[in-house]
Amino acid sequence: MNATIAALTARGLLGRRRSLLLIALPMVQLFIAGGIRLTGEVSTETSAMFLQTFALGAVVPLLGLIIGTGVIGPEIDDGSILYLLGKPIRRPVIAVTKFVVGAGCVALFGALPAVISGFILTGPADDLPLAFGVATLAAGAAYVALFLMLAVITRQAAVIGLLYALVWETLIAGLIPGAQRLSVRQWALALADRLTPEISVVATVGLTVAVLALAGVTVLATAYAGLRLRSLALAGDE
Amino acid sequence: MTAQGDAPAQRGGVIHDIGYRRYEGARLGRGAAVRALFSHSVRAAYGFGRPGRAKILPFALVLIMLVPAAVSVAVVTLVPEGTPVELIPYSRYAFFLQAVVAIYLAAQAPQAVSRDQRFRVLPLYFSRPILRTDYVLAKFAALGAALFGLMVAPLLVLYGGALLTDHPAGRHTRDLLEALVSVAVLAAVLAAVGLVIAAFTPRRGFGVAAVIAVYLLSYAAVNVVQGFTMSQGDEGAARWAALFTPFQLADGVRVWLFGGEPAGPVAPAAGLAGAVFPLVALALVLGCLGLMVLRYRRVGLA
Repeated sequence: MNATIAALTARGLLGRRRSLLLIALPMVQLFIAGGIRLTGEVSTETSAMFLQTFALGAVVPLLGLIIGTGVIGPEIDDGSILYLLGKPIRRPVIAVTKFVVGAGCVALFGALPAVISGFILTGPADDLPLAFGVATLAAGAAYVALFLMLAVITRQAAVIGLLYALVWETLIAGLIPGAQRLSVRQWALALADRLTPEISVVATVGLTVAVLALAGVTVLATAYAGLRLRSLALAGDE
Repeated sequence: MTAQGDAPAQRGGVIHDIGYRRYEGARLGRGAAVRALFSHSVRAAYGFGRPGRAKILPFALVLIMLVPAAVSVAVVTLVPEGTPVELIPYSRYAFFLQAVVAIYLAAQAPQAVSRDQRFRVLPLYFSRPILRTDYVLAKFAALGAALFGLMVAPLLVLYGGALLTDHPAGRHTRDLLEALVSVAVLAAVLAAVGLVIAAFTPRRGFGVAAVIAVYLLSYAAVNVVQGFTMSQGDEGAARWAALFTPFQLADGVRVWLFGGEPAGPVAPAAGLAGAVFPLVALALVLGCLGLMVLRYRRVGLA
C-alpha cells in the first residue's frame, strides 16, 4: 500500500464525469427499489430476485468494469503511467494499492447501496440485505481484480471483461449449467445463499468452492497485474 | 563593401518555382465526401483499413453471433426425421444474442466518433464541404449498417440452412424479410443511442463503459420491473416498461408491424396503442441525432 498512489488513484476515479456514472448506477438501483416498495407488498422472493438480477447481475459487474479499468486504464492510455512506474516503488505495491482503492469504491457504490436497497425492500428485520451486501462486496472485489488485470494486459480490457460478464456469465451459463462453475456471480450467490438460509437463492456451487474461488481469483488477478506491471510495454495508440 | 550594398535587394527575396501544381482534377463535392465518410466508417467498424489488432474484436463478435445459428442448422440437419426440432426463429435471434450486439455497439460506437474528437481531426472534416449534419448522418448510417450486418449474417446462415433442409421456402423467405425490417429498426435505434453517448464521452475507455452501462441498466431495470409487475398480475405496466430498453422497443415495433410472438415477456398493445412503439423509436432516433448535431456545433472547433 502506498498512500500517495491511493490518493491519486481515488482522485482520478472520482473526479470528472466518471464519478457521475459511478453515482448514477446505485441511484437508479435505489430508485427502482423504492418504486417497487411503493407499488405493493414485496415478498422476500421478490427482494432476493431484485438483488440477484439487478444488484449482483448488473450494477456490480458494471461497477467492476468502470472501477477496475478506471483505476489504471486512463493512465496507461495517456502514457502517464510511466511517471508512476519510474518511481522506486515495487510494482506489486502499485497493483495492490490500486486494487484496494477499487475495492473500496465497489464497497461504497455497490455493496452499500445493495444493503440499503435491500432494507428498503424488506425492512430492517431481515438478514437478506446484509447477505447480499457481503455477496456484492466479494463479487465486486473479484471483478475489480479481474478487470484491473485485464487493463494491464490489454487495451481491450473493457470489451473482453464484458464478454466474460455478459456472454459467459449470463448467456452461456444460462444454456450450459457447467459454465456456472466458473462464474463470479454464481460464487457470490453461493455466499448469499449460505448467509440467508431461509431464502431460496439458487446457487449452483458449494460454499467452500465459492469462497476459495472468490479469494483465489481476487488474489491471483491482483498478483498477476503486479507481475505484468514489472514489464509493461506501452503500445502506440491504435 | 559592395556586397553590403547589394544585400537589401537580395533580402527582398526571390520566389523560386519549385514545381508546385494546383489541383486541377474534378472536385467531387459534398455528396462524395459524405459517401467517403460513410464507407470509411463502415469499414472501420469491422477493422478494415486499420491494424490487425482492431480486426480481432469485431471478427470475434461476428463469429460468436454466427455460432448459435450454425449449431441450430447442424442440429436440424443431424437429428433423425420427425423429431420436433425447429431452427431458431429469425425474428428473435438478435434479441436472444443481445449481449453480443450490445458489446459490439459499446466497442464500435466510441471507435466511430471518439477518435475523431480525441485526435482533433474534426476541424479537417469540417473544412471540407460537408455540414455537421452530414457528419452525424454519415456516422449514424455507417454504424447502423455495421450493426445490421452483424445481426443479419446469422439470419442468412439460418435461411441457407432452412433451404438446404427442405423447410418451406415461402414461409422462410417471408419470415426472413420481416426479420430484415425489424433488424433494421433495431440497428437504427442502437446506432443512434450508442453514438450520442459516445459523442459526449471522448475518452474511448469511458465511452465503452457509458454505452454498456446504459444498455445493461435499462435491460436489468426493465426486466426487474416486468418481473415484479407480472407477479402482481399487472400486465399493462409490464407492457409499457418495454419502451425503456432498446431491444424490447424494437421488438415492439416488429410485433406492431408484422404480429407474431413477442421476444419479451409481454406482447405490446395491439392496434392504435401499439403504434406508440414505432413512434417512440422514431422519436428516440431523431432526438439522439438532434442532440449529436447540437454537440457537433461546438465540439468541432476544439
